[in-house]
Amino acid sequence: MTESTSTLLDVKDLTVEFATRRGIVRAVQNVDLTVGKGETVGIVGESGSGKSVTSYAVMRILDRAGRIADGAITFSGIDVRNASESEVRDLRGREISMVFQNPRAALNPIRKVGHQIEDVLLEHLQASPQDAKVKAIEALQKVRIARPDERYHAYPFELSGGMCQRVVIALALACRPQLLIADEPTTGLDVTTQKAVMDLIVELTRENGMSTILITHDLGLASAYCDRVVVMEKGKVVETAKSAQIFKSPQHAYTRKLMRSTPRIGANLRDLLPEDMPVPLTPAKKTAGGGASLLSVSNLVKEYPRQGVGGTLATLFRRKNEFPQSEVFRAVDGISFEIKRGESVGLVGESGCGKSTTSMMVMRLLDATSGHITFDGEDIAAIPAKSFAGLPLRKRIQMVFQDPTDSLNPRFTAARAIADPIYRLGGLRGRDAVRARCEELARQVGLPVELLDRFPHQLSGGQKARVGIARAIALKPELVILDEPTAALDVSVQAVVLNLLEDLKHSLGMSYLFVSHDLNVVRLLCDRVIVMRAGKIVEEGETEAVLSAPKTDYTRELLAAIPHPPL
Amino acid sequence: MNKLAQVEPVEATPVPVSKPARQGSLFSHARYVIGENPVTGIAFGMFVIIAACAIFGPLIAPYDPLASNTASALQAPSAKHWFGTDQLGRDILSRVMVAARLDLGIAIFSVALVFVMGGLSGVAAGFFGGWTDRIVGRIADTIMAFPLFVLAMGIVAALGNTVTNIVIATAIINFPLYARVARAEANVRRDAGFVQAARLSGNSDVRIVLTQVLPNIMPIMVVQMSLTMGYAILNAAGLSFIGLGVRPPTPEWGIMVAEGAGFIVSGEWWIALFPGAALMLSVFCFNLLGDGLRDIVDPQRRT
Amino acid sequence: MLRQIGKRLATAIPSLIGVIIVTFLLTRVLPGDPAAYFAGPAASPQAIEEIRKSLGLDKSLPEQFVRYVQDLSRGDFGKSLTTGQTVIIDIKTRLPASAELTLLGLIVSMLIAVPFGILAAVKQGSIIDHACRVIATAGVSLPVFFTGLLLVYVFYFILGWSPAPLGRLDAFASAPKHVTGFYLIDSLLAGNLESFRASLAQLALPTITLAIFSLAPITRMTRASMLAVLSSDFVRTARASGLSPRTVIVTYAFRNAMLPVVTTLGMVFSFLLGANVLVEKVFAWPGIGSYAIEALIASDFAPVQGFVLTMAIMYVLLNLTIDMLYGVIDPRVRLEG
Repeated sequence: MTESTSTLLDVKDLTVEFATRRGIVRAVQNVDLTVGKGETVGIVGESGSGKSVTSYAVMRILDRAGRIADGAITFSGIDVRNASESEVRDLRGREISMVFQNPRAALNPIRKVGHQIEDVLLEHLQASPQDAKVKAIEALQKVRIARPDERYHAYPFELSGGMCQRVVIALALACRPQLLIADEPTTGLDVTTQKAVMDLIVELTRENGMSTILITHDLGLASAYCDRVVVMEKGKVVETAKSAQIFKSPQHAYTRKLMRSTPRIGANLRDLLPEDMPVPLTPAKKTAGGGASLLSVSNLVKEYPRQGVGGTLATLFRRKNEFPQSEVFRAVDGISFEIKRGESVGLVGESGCGKSTTSMMVMRLLDATSGHITFDGEDIAAIPAKSFAGLPLRKRIQMVFQDPTDSLNPRFTAARAIADPIYRLGGLRGRDAVRARCEELARQVGLPVELLDRFPHQLSGGQKARVGIARAIALKPELVILDEPTAALDVSVQAVVLNLLEDLKHSLGMSYLFVSHDLNVVRLLCDRVIVMRAGKIVEEGETEAVLSAPKTDYTRELLAAIPHPPL
Repeated sequence: MNKLAQVEPVEATPVPVSKPARQGSLFSHARYVIGENPVTGIAFGMFVIIAACAIFGPLIAPYDPLASNTASALQAPSAKHWFGTDQLGRDILSRVMVAARLDLGIAIFSVALVFVMGGLSGVAAGFFGGWTDRIVGRIADTIMAFPLFVLAMGIVAALGNTVTNIVIATAIINFPLYARVARAEANVRRDAGFVQAARLSGNSDVRIVLTQVLPNIMPIMVVQMSLTMGYAILNAAGLSFIGLGVRPPTPEWGIMVAEGAGFIVSGEWWIALFPGAALMLSVFCFNLLGDGLRDIVDPQRRT
Repeated sequence: MLRQIGKRLATAIPSLIGVIIVTFLLTRVLPGDPAAYFAGPAASPQAIEEIRKSLGLDKSLPEQFVRYVQDLSRGDFGKSLTTGQTVIIDIKTRLPASAELTLLGLIVSMLIAVPFGILAAVKQGSIIDHACRVIATAGVSLPVFFTGLLLVYVFYFILGWSPAPLGRLDAFASAPKHVTGFYLIDSLLAGNLESFRASLAQLALPTITLAIFSLAPITRMTRASMLAVLSSDFVRTARASGLSPRTVIVTYAFRNAMLPVVTTLGMVFSFLLGANVLVEKVFAWPGIGSYAIEALIASDFAPVQGFVLTMAIMYVLLNLTIDMLYGVIDPRVRLEG
């Protein structure tokens, strides 16, 4: 790779080892990486690929257990690997800065954000005690924080997630470093905030002629914002290429797989599967929503008492949350929609929009404040959630949960988890009969039968997701609610699981209510989408129509926030 | 709702590190913990000795623990009396061995009592919330409003000065601890995915508590039990040291230290030292076992 | 700020009510004849009957409770049969001795435990860290009365460095003029260095005994919370910003790590106040603990009840102070509500 500009960071043959109880684990192996002056380089990989560890090694902030075993790190002529701790400390924050994921946790919770910026300025002698405050406010202003002189006195908990990330960026850029490492800077933020934060980073680094390393699991995001992309898998670099090139002609099989599985405009569900995977029998064709109505929700409302005081450490158990003010908070504010038989409906919105509350009420795990939920002609909202568990109706509505780990009892084997609903409601008796049914279900969801006797912690994320799906379809439900079923999974696993769900829907004739924050994923699976915001439905319609011609600004904003890789 | 924050696990520790470590049986993990921390193994050895004294004490003690012999009073440790004799000429070694049964008995009974009471009410409070939670919380709060040992003194003084009442008082002052741990654990699991899934599978609440929540809480409660055993022993011995519960001439570590206290200033150290050391070692042993057990059950909470 | 304090004060009220109800129940509802308890073991049937009348034990429970609360509000805790004084006066005269000992013990142990815990966490895996772990486990296993006796044996009997374990002052020194009731402070106020030295010598062993006792939980908590904070995201940010280790540890890690430690102090106080009773017996300390023990042995119930009540009220107030301290450190609590 020849660069016209001079090289700022040069990592050669980097190997990082972690001492663990099972011996030494190589998290990063023989990684080469260069970043030119003013260049933006993306490091892309799934969890465990070693992308973050690489950046920690560059900053020399590895955990106690980790060490750089081999290789050289040169930053503008300085040998970072062998530099003394005080030399490296001068580099950190001043020459190389870092922006982390989960911004709220990245700030000291009990120190004013202004003071935190001052700390960095004073440490690197970029300000004197007299003008530190002015400069800190300036730094806040640069990251487009409104009323910076007031925000200077704010504590992190008083700011939103997006605002916190701006503060972290201000902190990182305060000393005008030459290199910014952004480690999943938008993970955990709302979709619309994500775009604003990414744009801000790009703008500020361009403005100052800085170099940037963007670490992400999202190939789309990387290629949209970076000049060059480095793809990592299991601690190794598998491919390095210009952003435009990597999408046009990916060289390595892993890149191709990763690229294929990334949801993108113009690709359908089947396109996401790896090349070598046999194409399923049923073509992924959207069913016309012509069936009879299965579920109809009308004027559904859920109110919560507004809680002023949250639990603190000292009062966690002592004070009960009394509901002092008569003020109530409407999590779901009078929504109505319908799902037909055989139809998939997407319920999309950012966190806190009420989509999960809605799904819990439809699921009959939560009682509605008012409104009707009519399932196959019967108003199930009238049945209290408590007594719903024992009804035959329970069999007909099931759910796939967000976090496959959290949704499996750590003390139950996969087989027992799948068998639980069969024993309780399936009407099937006898060990052998139930076991046979479990095996049949396992085959249906593509879970190797020999894994049935394993415990959740012995299964991978994808396998756990399959167990969750097998349990949900065990009773042959008519309506399945998918609550962000792939949110905790890597993209390649997500692609496979989404396809599995699509196949099952056709072969079992189910309807789906797919709850997600990600329009891009919902698009793949759903015939219709409902966009929610602040407890209300903002827009509703056929998926293609909503995506190609959104009627409301909010939907447009959501769509714009999806990174568009160059194609 | 905002589980989104964890879309991708933090990868500071690479995945291959944590995955295989959690694989394998609890047994191999236990072996690892003991291998890493041989102290747990030593503690277990000590526990076996103490338990043997508690079970077989009267049979293996060299002398009758109650037989006084003024001729051989206040003798320093010797080949004949390894731990010496007290002011009435009783053999201290025998008394220390025989006392193990009473001391451990008080601790075990009180811990078992509070395990059932505190555990069940805590789980109910955490799982069902509402008024159950408020009542259990209020009771725990009220007990916690007292310095615990002082409350135990008050309870024994009011209920009457007997061993049974020491057991009850020790159980009562431990109640908040158990109720809180059980409540917190049950509360975390109340809305866990697998509990919701169990509801969808048609399980009733009671069934969910019994089959889903309790088995998951049990290990933590058992650790809690072994951690508070030491405290229960100390508490009971403290009460008898100030003259509550056990009465002379019954051999009990706390009361033996109290009897020896008067002789410390005149140099007869052995009367107080040996029962005190026995007390200390058994508490130490239970604390180590508790720590080891916690490492086995819950590796994340290691300190 | 005043409203915040008022709010916190209000949270202590349920605890106080609970304490009053429990102490009432302990005396009235439990099996046995409370009048006989209060009359003491040597009382004649007529005396018991008289006491029953004078205590209002012939009335209904609610009436008795009202009367009990009225008595308490007047500061009437009953009369001690052994000293012949009213309980409130006895407790008033003896409380400073207990308070001086407990507070000094806590201060000494904090001064050792907090730096020790921090050092152990910062130098994880070092000798200090291992020492810290041993102390944390061994320390909670020590029966406090046993440690006290061992110290007496070593420092009084063998080495002779310490005066006889018999109270706050040896027989030849005179107590300083009563101002605060704390001999150390009063003797300094009076400018009497001789009496200061004498009372410090008497205080040393019991203070160390209590300090050893509370060392373990504080060290353990400090180390654990410091470790947790050191591996947190914001410390990583601070390190990635190139802040000096001193700033990272003091400004970023330490203050955050203190939050759980402050919370633990409540528990430590609970242990300390209990341990205080035992230590007072070992060192013949004229505090309220040994007062209660004497009364217990003599089956003199009014002082015991007064003692339990006093300790509980003090403990509730201490917890209140700790809560407020927490609010000072943590802005999240301060700004709530």
